[in-house]
Amino acid sequence: MTTEVGSETEVKKEPEKAEEQPAEPERSAINQTDEVKVVEAAEQSNESPALATDSAEAKENQEAQPADNATGPEGEEPPASPPASEKKGISRFLPPWLKRQKSQSVVGPKESQVTPKEEGGVVLVNGEGEKAEQAKAEQTSSTTTAEPQVEEEQVNGEAEPEQKEEVNSEEHAENHSTGSAETQPAKEEKASEKSQEKSAAEEEKKETEEGGEKKDQEESLKPEGGRYFIKSPLKLTKKVKMVMCHVIMLDGSQFPCEVEKRAKGQYLFFKVCEALNLLEKDYFGLSYKNADQMCWLDPTKEIKRQICNPSWQLAFNVKFYPPDPSQLTEDITRYLLCLQLRQDIVSGRLPCSFVTHSLLGSYSLQAELGDHDPDEQRLDYISDFQFAPSQTKEMEEKVVELHKTHRGMTPAQADTQFLENAKKLSMYGVDLHHAKDSEGVDIMLGVCANGLLIYKDRLRINRFAWPKILKISYKRSNFYIKIRPGETEQFESTVGFKLPNHRSAKRVWKVCVENHTFFRLMTQEAPTKAKFLTLGSKFRYSGRTQAQTRQASTLIDRPAPYFERTSSKRISRSLDGAPVINMIEAQDSAPTSVGNGREPGLELSSDSSKVEEEPSERAAATPTEGTEMKRDEPDSSQQSGKLRVQGENIYVRHSNLMLEDLDKTQEDVLKHQASTSELKRSFMEATPEPRPSQWEKRLTASPATSLRQQAQGRSPPPTTQEPLSDLTVDTVSKSSDDKQKSDETTLQAAEVEIEETVVVEKIRVAPKGSVTITTPEVVVTPVAVETEVEKPEEEVIEEVIEEVKEEQKRPVSVSSDSHSESEEEAGEYHPQVTVSTSVEQIKEEPEEEEKEEVDNHEEPEQVSEPEPLPEVEVETMPSPAVVEETPMAEPETALVVDAPAEEERTEDILVTPEEAPNGHAEDQPGLVAVEEEEEEEEPRVNGDASHAETERIPQVICCSEPPVVKTEMVTISDTFAAQKTEIATKEVPIVHTETKTITYEAAQLDGSGDGEPGILMTAQTITSESLCTTTTTHITKTLKGGLSETRIEKRIVITGDSDIDHDQALAQAIKEAKEQHPDMSVTRVVVHKETELAEEGED
Amino acid sequence: MASVLPYGCFTHAVVRGIPETFGKVDNEETTTDLAKAQRQFGVLTGALRQKVGLQLIEIPADPELPESWRIEDVAVIQGDTALITRPFIQQRRREAEAVRRVMSELNLTVVELGAEEGGSVGATLEGSDVLFTGREFFVGISSHTNHRGAEVLADTFRDFTVSTVPVCEGTRLKNICSMGGPDTIIISNSDGAKKTLRMMEQLTDHHYEVLTVPEGAAANCVYVRGPSKVDYLLHPPTEECPDSVPAFQKLTDYTLLPTACSEASKLGGHLSSFCLLINRKPYF
Repeated sequence: MTTEVGSETEVKKEPEKAEEQPAEPERSAINQTDEVKVVEAAEQSNESPALATDSAEAKENQEAQPADNATGPEGEEPPASPPASEKKGISRFLPPWLKRQKSQSVVGPKESQVTPKEEGGVVLVNGEGEKAEQAKAEQTSSTTTAEPQVEEEQVNGEAEPEQKEEVNSEEHAENHSTGSAETQPAKEEKASEKSQEKSAAEEEKKETEEGGEKKDQEESLKPEGGRYFIKSPLKLTKKVKMVMCHVIMLDGSQFPCEVEKRAKGQYLFFKVCEALNLLEKDYFGLSYKNADQMCWLDPTKEIKRQICNPSWQLAFNVKFYPPDPSQLTEDITRYLLCLQLRQDIVSGRLPCSFVTHSLLGSYSLQAELGDHDPDEQRLDYISDFQFAPSQTKEMEEKVVELHKTHRGMTPAQADTQFLENAKKLSMYGVDLHHAKDSEGVDIMLGVCANGLLIYKDRLRINRFAWPKILKISYKRSNFYIKIRPGETEQFESTVGFKLPNHRSAKRVWKVCVENHTFFRLMTQEAPTKAKFLTLGSKFRYSGRTQAQTRQASTLIDRPAPYFERTSSKRISRSLDGAPVINMIEAQDSAPTSVGNGREPGLELSSDSSKVEEEPSERAAATPTEGTEMKRDEPDSSQQSGKLRVQGENIYVRHSNLMLEDLDKTQEDVLKHQASTSELKRSFMEATPEPRPSQWEKRLTASPATSLRQQAQGRSPPPTTQEPLSDLTVDTVSKSSDDKQKSDETTLQAAEVEIEETVVVEKIRVAPKGSVTITTPEVVVTPVAVETEVEKPEEEVIEEVIEEVKEEQKRPVSVSSDSHSESEEEAGEYHPQVTVSTSVEQIKEEPEEEEKEEVDNHEEPEQVSEPEPLPEVEVETMPSPAVVEETPMAEPETALVVDAPAEEERTEDILVTPEEAPNGHAEDQPGLVAVEEEEEEEEPRVNGDASHAETERIPQVICCSEPPVVKTEMVTISDTFAAQKTEIATKEVPIVHTETKTITYEAAQLDGSGDGEPGILMTAQTITSESLCTTTTTHITKTLKGGLSETRIEKRIVITGDSDIDHDQALAQAIKEAKEQHPDMSVTRVVVHKETELAEEGED
Repeated sequence: MASVLPYGCFTHAVVRGIPETFGKVDNEETTTDLAKAQRQFGVLTGALRQKVGLQLIEIPADPELPESWRIEDVAVIQGDTALITRPFIQQRRREAEAVRRVMSELNLTVVELGAEEGGSVGATLEGSDVLFTGREFFVGISSHTNHRGAEVLADTFRDFTVSTVPVCEGTRLKNICSMGGPDTIIISNSDGAKKTLRMMEQLTDHHYEVLTVPEGAAANCVYVRGPSKVDYLLHPPTEECPDSVPAFQKLTDYTLLPTACSEASKLGGHLSSFCLLINRKPYF
């Protein structure tokens, strides 16, 4: 299986590239050859018999290509192929999420195996002779870090993409090329080129072989992000696709670097730093441009996930401007910083006065030219340099005049002086972003070492130092900061800004996260705070903080490396790429055009790509990333005793800064469906029984254990107090299986992100809810659902903003007190004994078009639907699942009443009833496929009941999305509205049903160990129903370590269509719960939403 | 560069004499004593020249410009750049002519706030709404100074952060605060001043010592660091602000120079209104 999975994932990726590449297959430039190479590699993979068998999807995506490659047989892949083929058949029909699950789960362990194959592939791609390959392979096999070699070789062999077996002769190669040429016209040309280049390439190979060992040693330093290959001679069949990166260095030169297509950003970055001989690299980063936005390459992610452009053009830049450059250890670091600043100055990003331009220019001259030479023509030598965006003769004269005064100054001293002056500039190290305030006025957000600066037309109108910021969040295109109340203020305030779009909002958020982490967390004022800072797993600053890097710098013990100072003449060239925001231009430039070279990037450049890639990426990367993350996490999370979860949203209580990634767009939802479904699966599988002991076990098993313990410690009712003011939300992997941990964690992270918005809203409503609310929403159109959910939040925000403005842009104090109040009410609501469950069902009206179609089929169904489950109204259910699910559904309802633990089930069950009635699915052609899907799903469904408890885990945000069911028949019945909901399926619409579960838990700090189950004293269940809500209350008394705990779990099922304000209903439910039990605290809120997606969003 | 020297290092002071039309603007209510005003002006200039040791440049009074003595309003000077401002009151804009000439003679780079048309339309800025701390500018948005004026200032002095603060009390920013040392801000005790101070503290990246004085009139002083590193502080005398003098005495090692400006203060003026302080010593 594992091999299959690996191959599958690979295959998926390959087709993508292959498709992409053909577009610009052949121009003669080297770059192009590289690209072609990649393309060809992809093709080869497809062509080779082994691969072809492996890749079910590859075939689907691409037309079968002649498999003339002998490589297939040579490789080890054949064994893998059979299973793959099996899978292939199924996989076609499997819903995307299913596939991903498998891949994810399997990928972790198997990665090592997969990679070797790739390596083999690499060799082939390089076109080196078999001998060479084998030799190489041997070398690599001996060392785990074979990668360097591979790269080297690849670099050498760039010219000849397709030559698979060079031994055979050029003719052979040509044949291949022609064969491939069929598919891609461009290749024909290439073939000829190849033959020519071949010889050169071979020579290079030899070199590489010779130098191989050395390289290996060198590469042992290789970044963690890099891939380690185990090469075995046998595994030559698979090729690693290499991609040519072009990195523009600070001196304007180009640094070509070939990296494996799947390499992470880190690898390339380290390569660049290595080339620069740079040790203090934490201040730097690689930036790239996506859709005119400059983004930072995330070192922990694969490059290809981040860069949309087929050509990998990056730039090496300063990411964190050290406030005091004199504290840098090495001159080379200062030199690079100088280069960056010169760029900034010339581009206008760093505005200076005339005098400053002149002074800095004079230091640049001194550093690069040495003492002023009076014999030299005064202005001749100088006019080649650029000192300012617009440079006048007068300025040049001034520069020369000042240059004379620097006589005797060494280059290093001149650099130091340069920096000493530059650092005082007001915009030094300020990363500007266009934004609007709540009134729609154009402003600029400046992120810097000290905090967040707000500018309006060059004027600073506000400033939020990091210590003053409690939380940073973004939601859609809004960016929010929560401000610590001032001395005179009682309430925290939230300030919101509107960014041009969602991505720019996220980008600002990321920059803030990074800058805060890097600069703020080093300070000795709050050493512990660093530990508390936790970022969503999806993104957090993974590098060292400034404090750490300073510490590390002190250990640098090497003679100052020699480096050549290049003329700043070059600077002007390098500037071209990056759009620059400068304050002066800010007014004029449209707010939408946000481009700042220094800004960190979105992890995934395009949303669409995100959908597909994230899951697979995680799966593929799991082994490496997972381990890495784990390594890192202990530092921050465990030391602090804070929750460190890999989930997207992590709220850390007491942390100096809470960073919140609220990002829930529909796109995201779609994107994460797959991963969510994964979660759900694991979630369901996890705990068979509702008993406290069970979930506690899980807790211990899961990475977030420490967190939970703290959280539970609080469970004793009286204890809850101020600590709760900040909600701690953790994403915990709920699988009891250790094996799956890593996978699941990552998966969960993804899911969390999806639901972030919801979480936030809920939080506001009921900050510390122990009330578990299950809200399945069945929505025909996913969009509608989300919007509904989100609206309430926005309103809140807007209000806040308005207030802010009223106060002349001072932070407005918005009462966040609700949190504390809820906390105080305290702690008796324990997740374990969830009494009431509420399920919300939102019925949405199908789009009119659909309705008409549906009418034919569904009218009968509508009638039937409500009947099966009186308690729950299910609106839109995929028909296919009906048969199997139906049985499940009924039990679930029962469960709700009886067993507290089964909140989640309810959701699934709810879905099923509808589906069942809708039995139309059978009529339709797609039935077979559907059935298969269902089979896959069934286990999960079954598991649901058992896993319901997972949600109760304290401090955990569980987000699980149930499997997406593709149904040919869609029945949409709006029970409430009594609207006709018929979708006649001419085209056999496929409906995705999406279920989200969000668990919101209040952190409980008290030390009482959660790990222990306690003794169940009493349990009782009460059920009540109202119009659209069904409330099930389950009260459990437990004896734990001498303390008796009373847990009330309420499950509220809210059923309704889009007209119902679910948030309000939820808020109401929570409120009621609080009122009923004033002496208890809400510790957990689980929101389960069921949504139906009209489209196949994912693949 | 960006202020290599701490605040207060000045070499020159530019002042303008008290015209006979002093106090005869449009506020007939306030009765000012011209002779007394001129005496106080003489004391001030004498202190600047003889005690502090600045080179004094006195622009002759112009009877047609009754407010020309408030020379501070007309220009903002930092380093070798002088921004000629545009006072809110139309009639005062002619005051700039003489000042502009002097700036040029001092080899300062003269920057105009801008033509009546163009980018700075409607921009008004008066020097008494600008507090330069040596590290950054605070521009008080008041009845006399607007955002556009502040923008021009920011564009002129690009090395520095220019922050805007509301002027909640008094008509000018410098009515409620002034510099009392390289890192010291003297500010009045009123609520409005506190509000402004809070905003300044929020906006700044630096830390300033704050000397709070109980009387508003005492909040405006003139600080100069003399050539021999002596700290001079010109402040209103005990007669004008009896409660605040003890606060000034907390400034250790300062040479305090009580200087009366009671007549000017009747017109909303203050000590710093009388002079433009300039440093002509190149600092690099």
